[in-house]
Amino acid sequence: MSAQAKDEHIDHGPGDGYSHGTHRSYLTGFGLAVVLTAIPFWLVMSGVLNTQTTILIVFACAFVQIIVHAIYFLHLDTRSESGWTLMAFVFTVVIVGITIIGSIWIMYHLDVNMMPMGPGKLPGAS
Amino acid sequence: MSSLTRDKETEPVIWHPVEEEGHGHGGGATLIGFWIYLMSDALIFAALFATFGVLSTNYAGGPQPKEIFDLPLVALNTGLLLISSITFGFAMLEMQANRIGGTRLWLIITALFGVGFIGIELYEFSHLIAEGAGPQRSAFLSAFFTLVGTHGLHVTFGLIWIVVLLVQIAQRGLIVENQRRLICLSMFWHFLDIIWIGVFTFVYLLGVLR
Repeated sequence: MSAQAKDEHIDHGPGDGYSHGTHRSYLTGFGLAVVLTAIPFWLVMSGVLNTQTTILIVFACAFVQIIVHAIYFLHLDTRSESGWTLMAFVFTVVIVGITIIGSIWIMYHLDVNMMPMGPGKLPGAS
Repeated sequence: MSSLTRDKETEPVIWHPVEEEGHGHGGGATLIGFWIYLMSDALIFAALFATFGVLSTNYAGGPQPKEIFDLPLVALNTGLLLISSITFGFAMLEMQANRIGGTRLWLIITALFGVGFIGIELYEFSHLIAEGAGPQRSAFLSAFFTLVGTHGLHVTFGLIWIVVLLVQIAQRGLIVENQRRLICLSMFWHFLDIIWIGVFTFVYLLGVLR
């Protein structure tokens, strides 16, 4: 069993460390990316939906588009470099998420808790 | 008899390095190494995005995103960068087919779209600074110029890299080393397009909605 796994590892080894795209995969990725770019821009510029819904859809489109680019343009898959590119990518996504969401979360609460009054409304200020 | 067994013992020692050289594309560890670099670059952008996110409403009485961002211009810029991504993809397909002319042609087209992107971004920046919305005006604008400027700087270096590779391909053709360099550059270019998705969503669209 383990010997078979080892064989497989050698087969998919460094030889195809970089997976190539095809004409079709590039065009598929491009088509999806155009749609996923056009939707958020159209929603924001036309303002057909309320702000809350628009923000949700805009973020959802960005999230999906990043995955589309990673798969169709960067050829991210489970096989390249025996899965290490995917591992590094997932690790980076986690760290990036913690950095951005964590920073905004903490600083927002600091703002709320430390500055209950807006600028110019300091006590004693005339 | 004893010499025969010795031969058998030494055989794997000779055979082993040959297998080691079998790493495809002449890349060896270069491609995974470059991928790790891109991931570390993503962390730089994460820090800049986080800074922008925290400071994005600190206008200091200055202009707000709604007043200064020109969305049609941003949409045009986004389109240019997206098209440059697929034209680079076509350059890579030509490279795989071992067609030097096609590779160079698509690389030049990619570079032209990249130059268009940088040109529009510089126009936008100079316009903002002329309006008094320069990086020194407020924390929001400082964070904006740092984040978008860093991305623009990356694209600029990508353009320099394209020119260098065009020269190298002209001199030496699509040798293994140049193929490896092209693969790295294509990863760099597509990566910058991914960062731009974050920029137009987080900075421009969200800014205008706020």
